Amino acid sequence: MLKTVIPFGPQHPVLPEPLHLKLTVEDEVITEAIPALGFVHRGLEMLANIRDFKQMTQVVERVCGICSMIHAMCYCQGIEAIMGIEVPRRATFLRTIWSELNRMHSHLLWLGLFADSFGFESLFMQLWKIREKVLDLNEATAGNRIIVSVNVIGGVRRDLAPEQISWMLAELAEVEQEINRLGSTLLTDYTVKKRTAGKGVITKDKAFELGLAGPTLRASGVCQDMRMLGYAAFDQLDFEPVVETGGDCYARSKVRFREVLQSIDLIRQALSRIDQSEIRTKVKGRPQGETVCRVEQPRGELFYYIKADGTKNLERLRIRTPTFANIPALLSILPGMWLSDVPVAVLSIDPCISCTER
Amino acid sequence: MFKMTPNVLRNLFFPKATRRYPLEVRAPFENVRGALMNDIEKCTFCSACALKCPSQCIAVDKKAATWSYDPFACVFCGICVEICPAESLHQKPEYRLPVAQRESILLKGEPGQKIEKSS
Ligand code: SF4
Ligand code: SF4
Repeated sequence: MLKTVIPFGPQHPVLPEPLHLKLTVEDEVITEAIPALGFVHRGLEMLANIRDFKQMTQVVERVCGICSMIHAMCYCQGIEAIMGIEVPRRATFLRTIWSELNRMHSHLLWLGLFADSFGFESLFMQLWKIREKVLDLNEATAGNRIIVSVNVIGGVRRDLAPEQISWMLAELAEVEQEINRLGSTLLTDYTVKKRTAGKGVITKDKAFELGLAGPTLRASGVCQDMRMLGYAAFDQLDFEPVVETGGDCYARSKVRFREVLQSIDLIRQALSRIDQSEIRTKVKGRPQGETVCRVEQPRGELFYYIKADGTKNLERLRIRTPTFANIPALLSILPGMWLSDVPVAVLSIDPCISCTER
Repeated sequence: MFKMTPNVLRNLFFPKATRRYPLEVRAPFENVRGALMNDIEKCTFCSACALKCPSQCIAVDKKAATWSYDPFACVFCGICVEICPAESLHQKPEYRLPVAQRESILLKGEPGQKIEKSS
């Protein structure tokens, strides 16, 4: 059979970001997939040597638009660990709330794009309509819609008033109701299942061997979530990672769908247990030392290595994002798949390319 | 597909989710970080905002008493508003309107302005 090489991306209707795959196909079946990255490399880690360590909070927020709040939180936690700063309890709760809102809008965005990848446009529109409510919650509480810029070394920059908390609870109840209404379409619809169930299966052992992260890993039955480390206020909330065992595209979408509902629950818990205290401690001096900080992004484990030498600039900042860990999964599931299933498979790992390339 | 039908039917009886922007504009939320404004009469040209701005989009000249700002490079983080000692900066809750041409804002004040004591 004649071999053909088909370029997939960097510009492709299903791709929100520039990922290029060279697909070798025989007939209509993929035999090999070779990725090419580097289209949106910005050299952001090097900015750590130019901007001072406080300004870097706003810089790392821009590693990725969709998980920006969590990037900044991870960075601030790292610097706080180096400088031995105790963050007020209320600030950790507020960070938890905003990070879960971040996860919600990221997953809703993904669920919509996923529906779009198999051509279910009306589901895509419905999901993004719900996401708009979450963005409104961000805008009203944090001041910005996506890159919320609430983190600061030593705490947070915004507080929640009691009336805002009750408004948030009411909005969340509405969001939950609307998501549940779409649940049956997303999880039990015949057409959706036909396009996702049994496609791109990664077994538990394989997932572990490839070192995957986040929902892609949990959909294969491995119970690993950085929130179990209990950073921010997660140690005070009842949290159980969402795990599915199917390992296919369907299981991955189910994990993310359930995580949206779990985030609503976590925000409710955090709002009910939040204590009254300061939201910010004063930061004096400059960091010296090194640390590693890990948090759970919507896409999986985010890892920061920070090395500071006591000057106002950091010596080294290294960011490892979850998509970097999940690209091997994509390469392992593509061979043997039909060309028409490639968009679904690519989106199922939730690729965030600008994160990966920084 | 049939699972979606009730949703589609429901939507027929609800108001539309989109707005005819810019003809219809939603009222902004309070405390939204929108367009950055400088009340130049209060500004002391201390340069604190220019130094702390993470995207370095503010330039201050103390001698000439000018404050210039590039709204296209600004990331609307509000750091400058927080640190301005003269409280001359503030952010409106509305966003800047789109323009066809990139422009920067140059404001001129009187040299030697001091922080006004609030009585
Ligand atoms: S705007 Fe504020 S911070 Fe900036 S130069 Fe004027 S007084 Fe200083
Ligand atoms: S809002 Fe942020 S980016 Fe914009 S001028 Fe102020 S400090 Fe700079």
